[in-house]
Amino acid sequence: MSDALPLVLVIEDEPQVQRFLRAALTSHGYAVVEAVDAAEGVAAVTRSNPRIILLDLGLPDRDGLDLTRDLRAWTKTPIIVLSARGREEDKVEALDAGADDYLTKPFGVNELLARLRVALRHSHGETPEPVLVAGPLRMDLPKHEVTVNGEEVHLTPIEFRLLALLMRHRGKVLTHGHILKEVWGPSDVAETHYLRVYMAQLRRKIEVDAANPKLLMTELGVGYRLRDAELD
Amino acid sequence: MDTDGRPDPEELLDRLKADEARLGKGALKIFFGAAPGVGKTYAMLESAHRLRKEGTDVLVGCVETHGRGETVALVEGLDVLPMRAVDYRGATLREFDLDAALRRKPKLLLLDELAHTNAPGSLHKKRWQDVMDLLDAGIDVHTTLNVQHVESLNDVVREVTHVRVRETVPDRVLERADELELVDLPPDDLLQRLAEGKVYVAEQAARAKDRFFRRGNLLALRELALRQTAQHVGTDVREYRTEHSIETTWASGERILVAVGPAPASAGLVRAARRMADRLRAPWIAVSVESTTSTLPPAAHARLDANLGLASDLGANVVRLTSDHIARALIDCAVKQNVTRIVIGKPTHSRLRDFVRGSLLDAVVRSSTNIDVLVTSGASPDEPKSADEPAVPARGAARPEMVAYVVAALAVLAVTGLGLSVRAVTDLADVAMLYLLAIGAVAMRFGRWPSVVAAALAVAALDFFFVPPFYTLVVSDARHVFTFAMMFVVGVLLSSLMLRIRRQERAAWLRAERTTMLYALTRSIAAAATAEDIARVVTRHVETTFDCDASVWLAQQRLVLVDGGDTIRDGQGETVAGWVQEHGRPAGLGTDTLAGASVFVAPMLSAKKTLGVVALRPRVAGARFDREQRELLDTLLRQAALGIERTLLAEEARAAALRAKTEELRASLLSAVSHDLRTPLATITGAATSLIEAPTRIEEPQRVELLTSICDEADHLERLLTNLLDMTRIDSGGIAVKRDWVPIEEVVGSALARLEKPLEGRTITTDLPADLPLIAVDPVVFAQVFINLFENAVKYTPKGSPIEIGARQRGDAIEIEVADRGPGIPEATQARVFEKFYRGTGERAGGVGLGLAVCRGIVEAHGGTIAVENRDGGGAVFRINLPIVDEQPTVPSELPVRPEDAR
Repeated sequence: MSDALPLVLVIEDEPQVQRFLRAALTSHGYAVVEAVDAAEGVAAVTRSNPRIILLDLGLPDRDGLDLTRDLRAWTKTPIIVLSARGREEDKVEALDAGADDYLTKPFGVNELLARLRVALRHSHGETPEPVLVAGPLRMDLPKHEVTVNGEEVHLTPIEFRLLALLMRHRGKVLTHGHILKEVWGPSDVAETHYLRVYMAQLRRKIEVDAANPKLLMTELGVGYRLRDAELD
Repeated sequence: MDTDGRPDPEELLDRLKADEARLGKGALKIFFGAAPGVGKTYAMLESAHRLRKEGTDVLVGCVETHGRGETVALVEGLDVLPMRAVDYRGATLREFDLDAALRRKPKLLLLDELAHTNAPGSLHKKRWQDVMDLLDAGIDVHTTLNVQHVESLNDVVREVTHVRVRETVPDRVLERADELELVDLPPDDLLQRLAEGKVYVAEQAARAKDRFFRRGNLLALRELALRQTAQHVGTDVREYRTEHSIETTWASGERILVAVGPAPASAGLVRAARRMADRLRAPWIAVSVESTTSTLPPAAHARLDANLGLASDLGANVVRLTSDHIARALIDCAVKQNVTRIVIGKPTHSRLRDFVRGSLLDAVVRSSTNIDVLVTSGASPDEPKSADEPAVPARGAARPEMVAYVVAALAVLAVTGLGLSVRAVTDLADVAMLYLLAIGAVAMRFGRWPSVVAAALAVAALDFFFVPPFYTLVVSDARHVFTFAMMFVVGVLLSSLMLRIRRQERAAWLRAERTTMLYALTRSIAAAATAEDIARVVTRHVETTFDCDASVWLAQQRLVLVDGGDTIRDGQGETVAGWVQEHGRPAGLGTDTLAGASVFVAPMLSAKKTLGVVALRPRVAGARFDREQRELLDTLLRQAALGIERTLLAEEARAAALRAKTEELRASLLSAVSHDLRTPLATITGAATSLIEAPTRIEEPQRVELLTSICDEADHLERLLTNLLDMTRIDSGGIAVKRDWVPIEEVVGSALARLEKPLEGRTITTDLPADLPLIAVDPVVFAQVFINLFENAVKYTPKGSPIEIGARQRGDAIEIEVADRGPGIPEATQARVFEKFYRGTGERAGGVGLGLAVCRGIVEAHGGTIAVENRDGGGAVFRINLPIVDEQPTVPSELPVRPEDAR
């Protein structure tokens, strides 16, 4: 039975956080391997082949960003980085370096489990789905059709591309740079306000109250995330 | 006066001041004798040996052995400071080395011959000034002094011995002495020693014996020395009595005024007044009265300065008055100062002058009412009697040029020509009038002597050309002689009148100029905001008023030169400035200290300390600043010092206020940290330990409650920490604003999402029109404003009450509102809620009082403002006003967006 439990590698030097993560993960159906620094972490990845890596960005022996880049060079295992509030640039860099998601300390167990579920699902391999669903939102890609609570919504081509991107990665954070590159192309990566303006338009069409969104969430200083009620 | 036996408060104050002044200063002991050879140096050395044996650090600064064998022997065994070699006109003089002594800093320094005059180029002119510096530095000094060198006894000694002693020591130095030890030797024994060659070497001894060492002289000097010592002892006794509240027997309340003039005899008068004041233990003032209409010739002016300087040195309060009624001015001053005795000099001029000009003495005596007037002769027998010199014209007229006389002669000639041409139609009287006109004109233009010459020439010409028999100087009619005499006298009178008018005019002009200058200075100083500004004002005024280059140093941690002054920096300016700063007395050019410098430096004194110094270098080479100028400078610098002190006080007050504010903040922070951070911690600890200690006995609902409170309090701590960190960043100016173009609703939305849980159950209404312009803010930072405002609403408004968020464009700004339906904020505290550590009443949620302060910090960092007011119908509304600075960015539009029929 224990073999079936998904294995999580926790690379974290703070014993208290280690303890909390171990308790939370084991009690929710995960197996845990621990490493207290980067070197140990790398060794644990090769030895144990974990399903998910939880990586603290503030390790004593090595820069967490570096480590992310290194790991991404030879493994596709999802990486969720842990970092403190106010270090938004670090998170963006880590995500751009190949990390899949992030958690801001302090975080609750619910948040942790949600991120793990999203990461696990996406790691199963992206089988292209023709119809995407998230809460009241339904998106039929081949038909180019979007409905909210069964009512059709008309989107512009860019809005559609944008929403499709978010829907494909629902539950997962996407950085501004990533979205801009995917939707507008590599030359417009710096034009963050394009994205903000279109997000606002999209919210007005999809959300009940655009100023109090429940689906298209802003991750301040990082990017956007389409909330996946199923996984929360 | 002090009938109840309590010490007189004023004396008490004096004593305190004296004690204070001596605190940390060296003690002065003077070995005092009647004449050279009585054994002062010997006694001093003997005592030094005794003290050395007791372990005192004794250093010989300078001892004159005069080749006396016994004395030389005594120097051995003591540390001797090497003498400084001074080159003076080819000869090498050996001089006491003050700097070395101050560096070596012994406990006790022996310095012979207190009255010694230092070699030129030394720091001070006189050795007693060196001694003062040593005492100031905390070094005890033993020294020797003969009675004839005491300033106030100078005259008496001269009268007794007919030998003029030029090296004198001010009486205040003697008064400063902590101990005066009389070294006494009966005259006969002294003469014996002299004869044995123990005092001077043979040849010198013979000369000395003739002139000075006469038995009569020695007896008189001995008496003087004994009296002086007794007086010093008397002072000691009096101080002792006062200190111990023993009733004194001294008649108090005497006050002496001495009238000082430019006559050399006035110096004697000053000394006599000092002796009298000393005997009576009375304070004394020296007063000079200068005429408004005439200026003293430079020599007399210098003598007056010297006389007043002497009075000041002897301890008098010096008062300079300006008035044309000398007697009245003196009496007025005397009455004002409660003077009981006026000391005035014996007249030395003829009775005739009194008759013409009125007698000063007479006038003083007559108007003196109950004040005693003492008339003494100040003059000494061997001094040339130069009576008060008549005042001479202020300018040019002192030595009129030849031209003046030529013009005078030409004027008479011209009038004669005119008179001859109109002789037929005019009378003799008319011609005489014409001559008077010419004399008047000459007087007006050239002053007295040319006009007198003109008068004489006019008389001669009138006689020669107009009085029969013509063309001779013979006068046939005796009446004409009278005419001539009258014409001459009228001519001379006219000239003096003209002269007086001119002088008065000049004096008035000078006074007005001085007043204007002081007024202008006072105004400029009042307008100056900093000490540096005042320094610049002073430099400017001093330069124009005294025709010199000036620079000002301000005393901060060290002396700081306030701009310019390159010309002053060299020429020993810096050295003199340092000395003046340290001692608070003027020095440099024209003084007794560092006289070799090219600058005169005066201190800016406040009541407590020297605030800075001013250096002046005359633009005219060789010029000196006379007493009057120095007094004007003094007045000016006093104004400056007041101004500087004012700015310093203002600065201090500002600094103190800032310190107090910082202190208050620190205290608030500490109390906030200790209270507001501990409360959640206490809850968490309490709840967690309960769950650990008794897991089975706690019912499920309670268990959930405990766990919830742990989570809530942890959240609370997290928010506190965020705010504390933000505040620290704002305070240190380190809040980095990375502006980006953002729709307001995105910022508001992310804040609402962050607080989803606490806001549960409340109606959130947003009114953010779609056409609102983007705002240029740092979204991460700016979201904190809304987070804090919403948290605030959660804290202070009833559960479930609504929150409304709105925004609209108003001109070049966007106005964002966050409104609630809580209790509102009392108008009086609406401005204060944005202050750090200010907490709303009720304390329901127990925040640190930082949330709104952080809001304000962030909004202001974005160039906006935030305010709060109460709403109609209850509740508070926070209003953020954010200016739109830049043009909106462009977003490339898409191909036709289909009409909005969403939802």
